[in-house]
Amino acid sequence: MISDGKFGKYGGIFVPELLIPALEELERAFLKYKDDKKFNQELDYYLKEFAGRPTALYYAKNLSEKLGCKIYLKREDMLHTGAHKINNTLGQGLLAKYMGKKRIVAETGAGQHGIATAVVGSLLGIPVEVYMGLEDVERQKLNVFRMELSGAHVLPVKTGSRTLKDAINDAFRDWVATVDSTHYLIGSTMGPHPYPTMVKHFQSVIGRETRDEILEKEGKLPDAVIACVGGGSNAMGIFSGFIDDKEVELIGVEGGGDGVDTDRTGATLCKGTEGILHGSFSFVLQNYDGQISEAHSVSAGLDYPGVGPEHAYLKVIGRTNYEAITNIEALEGFELLSKYEGIIPALESSHAVAYAVKYAKMPENKGKTIVINLSGRGDKDMFLAAREMGVDV
Amino acid sequence: MIVESYSEMFQRVNSKDEGAFIPFIVAGDPDFETSLEIVKTYVENGADALEIGFAFSDPVADGPTVQEADIRALNSGITTAKGFEFIRKIRKFTSIPIGLLVYYNLIYQMGIDEFYETAHECGVNAILAADLPPEEAQDAVDASRKYGVEQIFMVAQTTSNERLQKISKMCKGFLYVVAVMGVTGARKDLKLSTVELVERVKNHSNLPIVVGFGISKPEHVKNVIKSGSDGSIVASALLDIITENLKDKKMMLDKISIFCSDLKAATRNKYK
Ligand SMILES: Cc1ncc(COP(=O)(O)O)c(C=O)c1O
Repeated sequence: MISDGKFGKYGGIFVPELLIPALEELERAFLKYKDDKKFNQELDYYLKEFAGRPTALYYAKNLSEKLGCKIYLKREDMLHTGAHKINNTLGQGLLAKYMGKKRIVAETGAGQHGIATAVVGSLLGIPVEVYMGLEDVERQKLNVFRMELSGAHVLPVKTGSRTLKDAINDAFRDWVATVDSTHYLIGSTMGPHPYPTMVKHFQSVIGRETRDEILEKEGKLPDAVIACVGGGSNAMGIFSGFIDDKEVELIGVEGGGDGVDTDRTGATLCKGTEGILHGSFSFVLQNYDGQISEAHSVSAGLDYPGVGPEHAYLKVIGRTNYEAITNIEALEGFELLSKYEGIIPALESSHAVAYAVKYAKMPENKGKTIVINLSGRGDKDMFLAAREMGVDV
Repeated sequence: MIVESYSEMFQRVNSKDEGAFIPFIVAGDPDFETSLEIVKTYVENGADALEIGFAFSDPVADGPTVQEADIRALNSGITTAKGFEFIRKIRKFTSIPIGLLVYYNLIYQMGIDEFYETAHECGVNAILAADLPPEEAQDAVDASRKYGVEQIFMVAQTTSNERLQKISKMCKGFLYVVAVMGVTGARKDLKLSTVELVERVKNHSNLPIVVGFGISKPEHVKNVIKSGSDGSIVASALLDIITENLKDKKMMLDKISIFCSDLKAATRNKYK
């Protein structure tokens, strides 16, 4: 490897020997193409014409008035397939094509990353297989259908807890056996090097745009940038635009589940401890011996017992703060944004909305300019939200 | 008890014109007592060394068979402390080398130094962490040297010759050669590429080599030993017997003893 892939002491390449050459090949290709003119022209073309970039930085007037702050929404929810995930799947998909890979495998929890991978496979003519925990397959039938419509093949995972972490395990196992022909398209800033760095690179378009947009609209940087954190990709994407601006507060919001002090939570940075999972050293939810716990959050995208290593690093050096929002608070955020702004956020993004509301209400934050990364739209969550709200649809 | 080292063991079998037969079990699978009886059965039926796995919730290098064994062991209450207790119990009846197969998080959570110290005290000869490539292994290697535990590494089809030499410098005891492109699990056929890999590793390293992953029949064992491997690890095929006979312990142990005898027999007459 050219780099050790460390962020401070976090990150690295904790994988079986069989995968090392594949990671080396991937790192080489990433370093070669990330600044390649033709590659970037093609990527920019697809980001604009296929995915719908740039996305707006929308001034949420009604919510701002209600809260006495200036609230802006980075509209990643407007992208094709409904979330920021497509920024990364276009980047990695194109990279896989340039590398001559004949097949793509991916993991998915709720299905957002699976769908974003499926459509890119169909766009670029590369067959896609998506590992998805059997529990999630049953909970998210509609998304399974969407993936298969786009030509992807969904492989239900019957091992372990049958959710996202098991889907990741099986995707790794697949890749171990197929490294020559296959690219493993990881959906967040997690996994072994070079994934955390590469996924951040492809998501950093969010941060670049937001910075330009807020400077244009406000003539100054925001006071705070708030994003939800599952594996951490939408947050790293938007944070990357402001990381060197020390005066901008960066806040990551985790899925608190039933509460950080219960064992039904997904708040890895708030509650977890240092450990090794899925190829990198970061924070994990685990027991005394190091057996990985099952995470819990109402939003499938935040329902993961690990987190990207760069977030661990930013947390310990004190550059970012991490907060947890419970299922109930997230649903309040979901309703609030829908009602005040006519924008239905994904349940993941609703966590960022809910924390922004809390933040805005703190007396010391009165009048501040706040950017929320609206990482996705809520269409996928309609059935779940209705059920939680006691509505029959 | 005086513990036999890997190098003594390899000399012992080699002098008899044999390769080493090394069966695997997950400590505590399907429960602590049965697991111990299975290990006894291994030893009584020709095991030259033992490979003991500590169960992990997310074993990415393993296929479904080992993962199921891990889950059974965890459900029966195995912990790292009980895993070491398991080794202590084994040491009451055998001195053959014991290698631990773990995932790195278990080592890290106990504390690297403490893990190796405890391993040494219990009579563990060697440790292999399935998700710890040489790039990340310096701390573990330092602890292994400090406590006289041998650190084992894997090499695979995808490992270049240059890398093989580098790994072989860090590794002690034996090199674990991964026979297949993939995770653990019983396979029908042994690929020609395995034999070629054994030859390639032999050409680039002076360490004894042991082939594992996918070795599931006496004829596989025979082939890898004939191709120059010093030993062979059999895992999933044995765990399959456990899985299939959970309700009848006597049947389980009978089948394991017959299978082990056959596997051991296949290691004989190495040079004929
Ligand atoms: C809309 C949305 N936001 C956020 C996430 C969480 O992922 P990450 O932390 O990588 O942005 C997901 C994951 O599925 C998602 O679909």
